[in-house]
Amino acid sequence: MRTHLGTWSLPKWALALIVVAVMALPLASWAQLTNVDIASRDNMESHVGNLTGRVNSDSKYNYRRYCVGCHGDLGDGNGEVAQWLDPPMWPKPRDFQLGVFKCRSTPTGTLPTDEDLFDTIARGLDRSAMPQWSTFTKQERVDLVAYVKHFSPRFASEKPGTPIVIPPEPEVTAERIKAGRDVFARVQCWKCHGVQGMANGPSASTLTDDQGRPIAPFNFTEGTRPKCGDTDRDIYKIFMTGLDGTPMPSFADNIKPDEAWDLVFYLRTFMAQPSKAKQIAKGLQLPPVSAQ
Amino acid sequence: MGKKLVVVLSAIVLVCCGTLILNQKVSAAGEGKITGTVKLDGPAPHMRGIDMSKDPYCVKANAGSPAHLQTWEVSSGGGVENAVISIQGWTGPADVEKSVPIYDQKNCMYVPHVLALDTTQMFKVVTSDQTAHNIHPLPNPMINVGWNQSQPPGAPPIEKSWKNAEVIPVQCNIHPWMHGWFVVVKGPSGTTDANGKYTIENVPPGSYTLQVWHEPDQTETAKVTVTAGGTATADFTLKAK
Repeated sequence: MRTHLGTWSLPKWALALIVVAVMALPLASWAQLTNVDIASRDNMESHVGNLTGRVNSDSKYNYRRYCVGCHGDLGDGNGEVAQWLDPPMWPKPRDFQLGVFKCRSTPTGTLPTDEDLFDTIARGLDRSAMPQWSTFTKQERVDLVAYVKHFSPRFASEKPGTPIVIPPEPEVTAERIKAGRDVFARVQCWKCHGVQGMANGPSASTLTDDQGRPIAPFNFTEGTRPKCGDTDRDIYKIFMTGLDGTPMPSFADNIKPDEAWDLVFYLRTFMAQPSKAKQIAKGLQLPPVSAQ
Repeated sequence: MGKKLVVVLSAIVLVCCGTLILNQKVSAAGEGKITGTVKLDGPAPHMRGIDMSKDPYCVKANAGSPAHLQTWEVSSGGGVENAVISIQGWTGPADVEKSVPIYDQKNCMYVPHVLALDTTQMFKVVTSDQTAHNIHPLPNPMINVGWNQSQPPGAPPIEKSWKNAEVIPVQCNIHPWMHGWFVVVKGPSGTTDANGKYTIENVPPGSYTLQVWHEPDQTETAKVTVTAGGTATADFTLKAK
């Protein structure tokens, strides 16, 4: 069967190679969509403090025992339970394959740090089916971070964003609360969150997430915790990074770092939780901003 | 049978090499352009008006001429606006388009409604409005990285680019009727004007397959041959679904 044409020759094994390559094409695209591709990222690591997380039997066990019900075998958010979660009351489980996360210390459009994911696992996501997994040891959590990351090709090819710089928190004063009110009016937080933070702004009822599912803005007055944490620093991060995958944009280009603290203090005055800002605001009797 | 295959394979290799060499020689002589018209077959679909009562600013801004959906902008002669014509399988440099186009939020609409971009081409998002917008493109996260930024009145421009070819819808969550497109293609492209006319400049001589895109997912192709310094013509006819 060996053939010759001048200096051209094509041995049997080369022909076989071509045939195999052609046959492998659909196989390769299939691998893109299934766990064959995911398995190729088994060497994914995570680093928090001096702990290193890995895709190992522990994280695999914990994921399959505790996470798979909602987030699914392939981390695509299609676990058995997902169908019973109805947004906006019950947000759908995160699709880890997309690598898009709400709670980050990094700018909009970038991957979160390992620490961001580590914190989210322990904090849980208030007003969703995601509980606080604070029963895991730190090592178990950091391993789960590696496990969550290995579902997305993005973590294999992109670096996480650079965390935003948060200046030290200043002392809360009446002036700062008033200045925060001006920021609230200027960047028009009220369009969704309402002039009193009650989630009843003119655009609140039509909001959808990136998958087109209904989603509600945060109601500051209910006494629930913001999804990405309830410390002053958490609230600072929320509006300076945006909650990717949701309508909440990043305001980093339009609010200066110092003003951002003013806005945090003003938002505190809406919240049911006691705070120094709330106490000071009682004496100020600030009217709501104008919805105009 | 083996011999036949070898002959066919060699012929393909020869033709490919030949085309490549020929193309290179001719392109040194100068570039041509492609022009044409995109028309709609049949009557223009009715575009319903937009209720902007959610935001009094937007109502006021459009008081003179009420806004309507922009899915089909068809001229009296049947020309289709906002269609993007690009070159399939572009093998030239990825950054031929050097301009930095503006994507404006004006009177609570996107201007232009469709912005065609080369991969990695920079563009600027600005706002002319006295109401807050958030600009929220929705690419497939596996192809391009999305983001979501606020642009209140007086906000500074946002400079961005897209890495990979993709048709990317963009929306404002505050004003849910605001809907536009970034059409990211490899290489040069042309976008039709109000009369359905387009021009693709600076095309190296050669034979190309053109593709027209019209929202939401219409595509047609046509073949053209561009000569040095010449103008090739390719017209398209679309049907409203």
